[in-house]
Amino acid sequence: MSFLELVPDWLLTHGPAFLMALPLIMAAVTAILPNKRVAWASTFIVTAILTVTAFSIALYNAEVGTTIYKMGGWAPPHGISLVVDALNAPVLVLIALMSFITVIYAMPATVAEIKPNKRAPFYAAFLLCTAGLLGMVITGDAFNVFVFLEVSSISTYVLVAMGAARDRRALSAAYNYLILGSIGATFFVIGIGFLFMETGTLNMADMARILADLDGGSRVAKVAFGFIVIGLGLKLAMFPLHTWLPGAYAYSPTPVTAFLASTATKAALYLLLRFTFFVFDPSYAYVADVLMFILVGMGVVGMIFASLQAIFQTDVRRMLAFSSVAQVGYMLLGIGIATTASVAAGYLHLLNHAIIKGGLFLALGAMWYRFGITRMEDFRGLGKTMPLTMGAFTVSGLSLIGVPFTAGFVSKINLAGAAADAGWWWAVAVIMITSILALIYIGRVLLLAYFQSPPTVNGTVVARNEAPIAMLLPMWTLALASIFVGLKSDAMVGAATRAAELLLGAG
Amino acid sequence: MSDWFSQYNYIVVIILMMTGLYTVFASRNLIKKLAGLSVFQTSVFLLYITIGKVSGGQPPILIEDKGYGDDYGSGGDGGHSLLDGTIQVAAGDAAYILPGPGSDVLYSNPLPHVLILTAIVVGVATLSIGLALTVRIREVYRTIEEDEIEAADFVYNLEGTAD
Repeated sequence: MSFLELVPDWLLTHGPAFLMALPLIMAAVTAILPNKRVAWASTFIVTAILTVTAFSIALYNAEVGTTIYKMGGWAPPHGISLVVDALNAPVLVLIALMSFITVIYAMPATVAEIKPNKRAPFYAAFLLCTAGLLGMVITGDAFNVFVFLEVSSISTYVLVAMGAARDRRALSAAYNYLILGSIGATFFVIGIGFLFMETGTLNMADMARILADLDGGSRVAKVAFGFIVIGLGLKLAMFPLHTWLPGAYAYSPTPVTAFLASTATKAALYLLLRFTFFVFDPSYAYVADVLMFILVGMGVVGMIFASLQAIFQTDVRRMLAFSSVAQVGYMLLGIGIATTASVAAGYLHLLNHAIIKGGLFLALGAMWYRFGITRMEDFRGLGKTMPLTMGAFTVSGLSLIGVPFTAGFVSKINLAGAAADAGWWWAVAVIMITSILALIYIGRVLLLAYFQSPPTVNGTVVARNEAPIAMLLPMWTLALASIFVGLKSDAMVGAATRAAELLLGAG
Repeated sequence: MSDWFSQYNYIVVIILMMTGLYTVFASRNLIKKLAGLSVFQTSVFLLYITIGKVSGGQPPILIEDKGYGDDYGSGGDGGHSLLDGTIQVAAGDAAYILPGPGSDVLYSNPLPHVLILTAIVVGVATLSIGLALTVRIREVYRTIEEDEIEAADFVYNLEGTAD
């Protein structure tokens, strides 16, 4: 309340447009800035402003409810509207905050990983990616979603490919991501086209109304739904469509990995929620079937198989990438059960997992920064050589497993509770089993780091060499955030419940 | 048979779409994959343009232009001045009746065309990034065949690290 009084009125009124316009404009400016420090500073300031804006919009939204911003004064459904409601406000905060945290971390990381003449373009692509993600979350127009989806995707391909200075496999990873990402986006736009054929509108709320009038619509709407689910499935790394993800996460520059892992798939998941529950409705038989058989089925298979694959990785970043695919499975399971409690739990896991994976990848990046390591066997003795970094990794890792008093525990217990309430006891069992699998792959790293002595290089034991403060600060912020959420989860659970109630109605 | 001709565009769309997707998945050459991707995206352009076609519809040009903004409400002052006189339509002859607000003339839906302009731009951007990546891959690996790239990275992958 008191915070909102500090925020000027124009920011609350025009904040939604500001959120996507500011990074878009500043990306162009940043690209031509000659000095890479100035480029970093401009990105830092922009993301700081975005974070404040997103926070105030979210607080304002909690106070006044859904707001619709008419872009250019054109009234929806003809004009493009920007909608802020209980569903997307937390995701907006998440994306803005993660971009801010990543930029702080990127200061030392880019010095090590990006060539000096590429740094200004790097920050420009980063801002474009942020703009695209914020835009696709905030917009109320289905075609606009596609445009922003592609803005964020294309800049992501560039960001991933910039990892080539560190590891040449980044190039082929970026290429694979480009091919699969474009196919996904094209599937999505085919789906939007069919939906437009069925309803004659592009505004998502209007589509929802017309589809409800048509009682779910004809076969065209069914085909549209199929295309949209597959397209978004590719973007959010639904299990058999996840093959782009491990490469993209493992070989991109470390700040990019952290940012992607905590925002890109999450924004796509938000869109899946928006389309399955808001535009379409689980009361239509075909939507219910997809939820029950595709999302739950692929979610559960993904949870098990990706966790198993994670166990057998030798590269820790690939391991965490497979773990991300498994965690997406939890969210899909929550969405697929389709009760208010389960969707809230899935949504909560979306937010929590972003915090957890962000922290883990930031810690891994710091280890690469100091020692140039990503392989499992190189983690020997890291508990002694980088105690603070390893501490952040440990906290986030325990949270990923779902140890009590961490964020991961809150969302997993909510999800298991929701599954049990719906009578899906086998799903509870799967959640428990995959948590044990997570314990194995995270525990393996922790065992090596804490119970083995540091390796000897050239006759001397590797000395303590802590990461710089600009890296420690972001990763500990996220690690402490995940403990904070674990101890005091009311605000997050409340936000997730409000989002689920918006989609499914209370009860 | 007449059904086939009335849905002629959709058949072309499906053929193009499947050709493109098949090319993406079946070829191991990076450039050929991108070509397949372009064909695939082109099929979507055609799909959207087909959606916009209204049978017997005129080109969507307004003759009576009222103020835009708040739902045609605020009178002519804020908008364009009224057009008068005859408007030459590129494809038409003198007997052409132009559609306008309130007229019962059929006209094609212009919206999909506008949408697909955006999608074309997106497609060009994707293709150019893809080609740029291919150039970089060729510089690093000296090949654009996926099999050879994988073979070159095989030892690299076994080691699990970059030096």
